[in-house]
Amino acid sequence: MSFKGKDIISINELSKAEIIHILEVAKSLESRPKPNLLNGKVLAALFFEPSTRTRLSFESAMSKLGGKVVGFADPSVSSVKKGETLSDTIKIVERYADVIVMRHPLEGSARVASDVSDVPVINAGDGANQHPTQTLLDLYTIKKIQGHISNLNIAMVGDLKYGRTTHSLAMALSHFNCRLFFISPEQLRMPSYILEELDKKNVEYSEHTQIEEVIKNADILYSTRIQKERFPDLAEYEKVRNVYIITKDMLKSVKSNLKILHPLPRVNEISTDVDSTKYAYYFEQAANGIPIRQALLSLVLGKLK
Amino acid sequence: MKQLKVSAIREGTVIDHIPSDVTFKVVEILKLNSVKEIISVAANLDSKKIGKKGIIKIGGKFLGEEEVNKIALVAPAATLSIIKDFKVVEKNKLTIPKTIEGFVKCFNPNCITNHEEIKTKFHVANQKPLKIRCHYCERAMASNDIVLK
Ligand SMILES: [Zn+2]
Repeated sequence: MSFKGKDIISINELSKAEIIHILEVAKSLESRPKPNLLNGKVLAALFFEPSTRTRLSFESAMSKLGGKVVGFADPSVSSVKKGETLSDTIKIVERYADVIVMRHPLEGSARVASDVSDVPVINAGDGANQHPTQTLLDLYTIKKIQGHISNLNIAMVGDLKYGRTTHSLAMALSHFNCRLFFISPEQLRMPSYILEELDKKNVEYSEHTQIEEVIKNADILYSTRIQKERFPDLAEYEKVRNVYIITKDMLKSVKSNLKILHPLPRVNEISTDVDSTKYAYYFEQAANGIPIRQALLSLVLGKLK
Repeated sequence: MKQLKVSAIREGTVIDHIPSDVTFKVVEILKLNSVKEIISVAANLDSKKIGKKGIIKIGGKFLGEEEVNKIALVAPAATLSIIKDFKVVEKNKLTIPKTIEGFVKCFNPNCITNHEEIKTKFHVANQKPLKIRCHYCERAMASNDIVLK
């Protein structure tokens, strides 16, 4: 298995063995930091759409390994002129950098970049399509807190229709024989193309409208935001917005190993009184992005095998 | 019999078993308005196989690979006969290529191919029923989503 020079564009392209390897490398870097591993290497962070959290996480990962970061956080203040094609931008930037991390509002943009670039490209989110490093950090988190990924009961709740993170996580979990529970309002159900893929892979899943139907069985409860702007009718939004708030009261008879995750930022999906319980793990989850991104950078730059 | 004579062609191509409702789409794909020889187009004919079908006969024209690929997308069950000297010398079922480049538009409005000059590319995920996946945004399209460029 060689990652040197490899692009990380879509979680669907990583095999089970590759995913496991990335998680293991992340673990080894977290327990034994290697501050000089990427000395002299330059990461170009191209954020055509602002995402402070993801950008800082990549910058921190690169810095902790001794590398440097160049790039821009907001295209409106960068030299990316209106009308310049993405391909042209990438062809220039690849001469300045050893690896490119890109966030872009249009779907498929990361693939365009990887097709033209000679240096590896890591997708940090292309529209509603893919955000593979988020999914890898979610898997890393699950493994860290449960000891393993296989055979867990994993519930996802919220906007499953537009929520990119839940789509990718469901696809990635299809390698690990997990039992999936999808909880959402009728109009925000998991898209049929994802369910078809899960059927093809014989993944056991069920769909629900109430958290209470599922929470007692869950090992992981993965909460996501329900975005107001997804609803054509605000009255419809008002009906569902409060149904999916996880409160401390709901945690009375859950499994003792239950952990609640959330890709953050949250609005009101998880009540703050949950934060102090042993079930809350979303802030640690965000921190797990660093070892994962360190692992990916080291692997695609050929500094670790 | 007389009617058949009228539409018979000496040399050219006959496309049969076109689903009736896409007959004129095939006419459009092949840009038949600019062909100078005999063309006959029939639609809404009874067919045991597909219910209502269309047939197109085009004198003096043999199809290129891209034209065949385009027809395969809108009428995958069609058959294609090559006529020489009033005889069928070759009869082929259409097959959809593994990748489709350049002539299909991605139906995802937020796909980068709908915002920049990028040659579209799709991978065939399933032949029957047809399902193609955008190389860029990874969305899957069924045959009724397909819009040709
Ligand atoms: Zn597309």
